[in-house]
Amino acid sequence: MVAAVLADGLHKTYQVPVRGAGIQAALKSLVHRETEAVQAVKNVNLEIAEGEVVGFLGPNGAGKTTTIKMLTGLLHPTTGIAQVFGYQPAKREHQFLMQITLVMGQRNQLLWDIPVIDSFDRNRVIYKVSKTDYEKTLDELVALLDLDSLLHKPVRNLSLGERMKCEIAVALLHRPRMLFLDEPTIGLDVTMQRKLREFITQYNQQTGATVLLTSHYMADVQALCKRVIVIHHGSILFDGYLDHLVQRFTAHKTISIKLSDPLVDLSGYGELITRSEEQAAFRIPNREAANFTSRLLRDLDIVDLTVEDPPIEEIIESVFNQSA
Amino acid sequence: MLRYYLNLYPAFLRIAVLAQIQYRASGVIWMIGSIIEPVIFLVVWSRVARARGGEVGGYAENEFAAYYIVLMLVNHVTFTWIMHVFQSRIQFGQLSFQLMRPVHPIHEDLSDNVAYKIVQLTVMLPAVIILILIFQPKFNFEMWSLLLAVPAIILALAVRFTLEWTLALVAFWTTRVNAINQSYFAIIMFFSGRVAPMALLPVTIQSIASALPFYYMIAFPVELLLGKLTPAQALTNIVIQLGWLAFALMLLVSLWKVAVKQYSAVGN
Repeated sequence: MVAAVLADGLHKTYQVPVRGAGIQAALKSLVHRETEAVQAVKNVNLEIAEGEVVGFLGPNGAGKTTTIKMLTGLLHPTTGIAQVFGYQPAKREHQFLMQITLVMGQRNQLLWDIPVIDSFDRNRVIYKVSKTDYEKTLDELVALLDLDSLLHKPVRNLSLGERMKCEIAVALLHRPRMLFLDEPTIGLDVTMQRKLREFITQYNQQTGATVLLTSHYMADVQALCKRVIVIHHGSILFDGYLDHLVQRFTAHKTISIKLSDPLVDLSGYGELITRSEEQAAFRIPNREAANFTSRLLRDLDIVDLTVEDPPIEEIIESVFNQSA
Repeated sequence: MLRYYLNLYPAFLRIAVLAQIQYRASGVIWMIGSIIEPVIFLVVWSRVARARGGEVGGYAENEFAAYYIVLMLVNHVTFTWIMHVFQSRIQFGQLSFQLMRPVHPIHEDLSDNVAYKIVQLTVMLPAVIILILIFQPKFNFEMWSLLLAVPAIILALAVRFTLEWTLALVAFWTTRVNAINQSYFAIIMFFSGRVAPMALLPVTIQSIASALPFYYMIAFPVELLLGKLTPAQALTNIVIQLGWLAFALMLLVSLWKVAVKQYSAVGN
């Protein structure tokens, strides 16, 4: 079976002009333009099976967008192979473009001054969607994204959230098999973010489409993606299940307890993070968590006890910090 | 594939007309410019003709009126604004979306162009009628020249649109497209018969003009309509238009390939 997405030894190097400050440097650059090679993506290998929803994580400038642009054909790789459904994206073949979609937050492909429905109609013709398929997909999208009241308004009269929903809808009218979503929830309020996440999940389940998603909101990734790929400084740091990422990069667990006796002395047990009268929380290395818990239960009169991983944002941050 | 475009163009045109109706105010302002320019030259040359005893370079006073009124119409049909907008299209990422679609962006540009012209005829035609009433032009329309003018004007639009679309691609290499655009506008202004009918220019300039494409974008259909050409001259010029169109299309296709490659090498 052909993988939906394949990257093999993908590199992208930009030549960026460099120039010192001041007039002398400016004059010098007239004669001799110095450039500097910036490696945006270094040896990226990845494979995504059809139907997978994969989160693509990394801080700003990590190489996420560069990678996505190479996979959608907007950028030529410097070296290495990029393939989507067996097509070479940079060739931008008609059949390839018919099957994919790219949603970039804050950018729009809707026509500003005319009603949303007319932009939808334009895409129907561009992507050769038959009238019956179009009606069906449109009905589904309207229901899922709650677009009914928006369709006949000019785009300029929509709020950011409303516009974003319409952007997503127009990008999906041709029922693409492959979705590249670059920060699709940026600028949206929490409710709208949740709605969009539900929608993406549903779309994936209904159509079996493959999704590669970048987001700064970890909630997006947690809700949507079993698998995550973490990229930093242009290289892949981690590729696997989100659960494994948590196990691998968290050395500690947070153990919270509720005590029946507020005066009991907790010193000498471990690193205490918070302590109120009855509540306390410890930060305990993973390996010692089991022993620690049984020791607490043996020694103290405990009403309630929970063991948790740190919040995912903290884990991701620690991943980036470790490799900085 | 032909059927695809036969479906595509009506849809693009419909949407472009809808959008143009939205922009009607700014459209009218644009039109004022394209009406005032020929009127200025009309007035200037009519005065010159009167001062010279009623004629300059084979054009009588009321023939200048006819020349510039017809030129205004031909220029309306053939002009493009693509060179003004390509840079911002690259800068603000709109081009990326156009590249992601399975259709070349030129088709939508052509539809927008034609739609604008259709919508703005509502301003252009009343202007033509008013100018005719004021300046009393003398038209010498003949059946054969009116018939040949149809392909001549369509080809003039095709050549101008293709060539200017190709020139707009310099925006891929430089962010200073304004300097290039300004030089182009000066050249086309002079060699296309907008400043003066070709017959009034020195012979050397006339032969340079006939070797350049600009005459065939504007002045040629105007002269044809005014009965200034023989049927043989008209047919020769149509063949030359076809040659320029073929050249411009080849240039567009090859430059577009290089431009997209450049775009996708540098990023955006």
